[in-house]
Amino acid sequence: MEKIVNADKLSVLLGGKRVLEEISFSTLSGQLTGIIGPNGAGKTTLLKAMLGLVKLETGELTVLGVSNSSLKDVRSRIGYMPQLQSFEKRFPLSAADVVATGLLSPKTLLRRQPDSKDRIREALRSVSMESFAQLPFQDLSGGEQQRVLLARSIVRKPELLLLDEPNSGLDFPSQRLFMELLTRLKIEENLAIILVSHDIVSVASFADQLVCINRSMHIHGQPAHVLQSTHLDEAYRCQFDLLSGSAGKGGCDN
Amino acid sequence: MSEILAYSFMQRALLAAVLVGLLCSTLSFFVVLKKLSFLGAGISHTALGGIAIGLVTGIDPILTGSIFAVGTAMSTGYISRIGRIGEDTVIGIYYATGMALGIALISSFKGYYPELFALLFGNILSVTAKDLIFMALVLVLVLFFVVLFFRELLAICFDEEMAIAGGLPVTFIYMGLLASMGLTIMVSIQLVGVVLVAALVVIPGAIANRLSKNYRIMLFMSLIVGLGGSIGGLFISYFFPVPPGAAIVLILAFLFALAMVIKPLIENLCGYRKN
Repeated sequence: MEKIVNADKLSVLLGGKRVLEEISFSTLSGQLTGIIGPNGAGKTTLLKAMLGLVKLETGELTVLGVSNSSLKDVRSRIGYMPQLQSFEKRFPLSAADVVATGLLSPKTLLRRQPDSKDRIREALRSVSMESFAQLPFQDLSGGEQQRVLLARSIVRKPELLLLDEPNSGLDFPSQRLFMELLTRLKIEENLAIILVSHDIVSVASFADQLVCINRSMHIHGQPAHVLQSTHLDEAYRCQFDLLSGSAGKGGCDN
Repeated sequence: MSEILAYSFMQRALLAAVLVGLLCSTLSFFVVLKKLSFLGAGISHTALGGIAIGLVTGIDPILTGSIFAVGTAMSTGYISRIGRIGEDTVIGIYYATGMALGIALISSFKGYYPELFALLFGNILSVTAKDLIFMALVLVLVLFFVVLFFRELLAICFDEEMAIAGGLPVTFIYMGLLASMGLTIMVSIQLVGVVLVAALVVIPGAIANRLSKNYRIMLFMSLIVGLGGSIGGLFISYFFPVPPGAAIVLILAFLFALAMVIKPLIENLCGYRKN
């Protein structure tokens, strides 16, 4: 398996505030990595650093063989799915139109892509949404919208997929369906997937490794190892009851 | 009809209504989708400062107003992105400052400015051939920009974060949209005036968005509504003692109210219910 992401002691300063400190982990192709941590832990910043949207203060970050100074060049090989709140929900696009926006890049400026229809159809098929292609996006359920947005992220056939809180706002069956879909894509496409989530239990069931951060690195490794570690409580600054997926006695201070 | 168009000022006014109707309804599509309605009102009121500079210095107030309008639009976008200040806050500051500058200049340099009333409340009947050329030029520029970057504009309006992550030149395209808005508003001020112009870049898109879930149909409807409102208002003002600017805005407002009522009726008739 090929190393897709390698972060070595990376730190990020935003607005004079250190939001990430000495984070180290690596991801291989065909591997699903869950990044967990409390609110404000720097999870989204870490994803943005991988896209080259955030400047590193110190450390090394290599994505798809390209170092942090040139990450802009590999954006076309990365699929990204921002948080659900980032898009306008009552927008007059069909599901196929939404997927088509994922094909746009600096290379497509002022140019038509002859095979775009086939690629859109294929992406929708891979998330089992082909029959919804012409339906208004705003009329789809939350789970269906999520799958269309996933199709948009993979329409360019990326080698790395970054997902920011893809399960937020979804009910349990939709979350499970979505995670099963990711697992299938990971195997079929040999895709490296990095998923940021609050939902530790849901991610741990499907991830190959977990990375727990709270500005600084707390623990990373196989899900069972991370979940049993006292470092998890340290990161969340509370004791965790993993059966209920909630904070236990003492509560959380964030 | 032929009697109305026998007058050369009415011919020019009709042409102006068509040009401005096309311009505003095209931009209105993006203004509504990107939620820039308040920016429209802000630009028009800030332009008063530029218009006043033109009036007191003897420079063409449309030129100085245009510079102010484009400058306001683009700097609003720039400051809100770089300075981490909400766009509505920046607009709120510009809005009042532009008006204050206009009032201060006009009060300080006492004189008779017959153009001021026309620019405040619009006077489509006084449109000159030079004004028409300027309108046509702005229409060509804006349409060229929109056609060139239509897919990217749509993607930015839908999900800006994704567009940035995809490597699109989001700032460049967004600034182009804001500059187009500034020019469009300044050109339209001649039609309906500083006070009412925001309606022209908001209502056509709002009606179309209310009635359609398909962007192609929405754009087409916005164009029809914008053209219909502009031309309809002009003709109403010919037959009734109502200024053209007010007539245009009132027609558009009536159509918006109608769209609010019609949509649930259509959905009931079709047996459609959203989940």
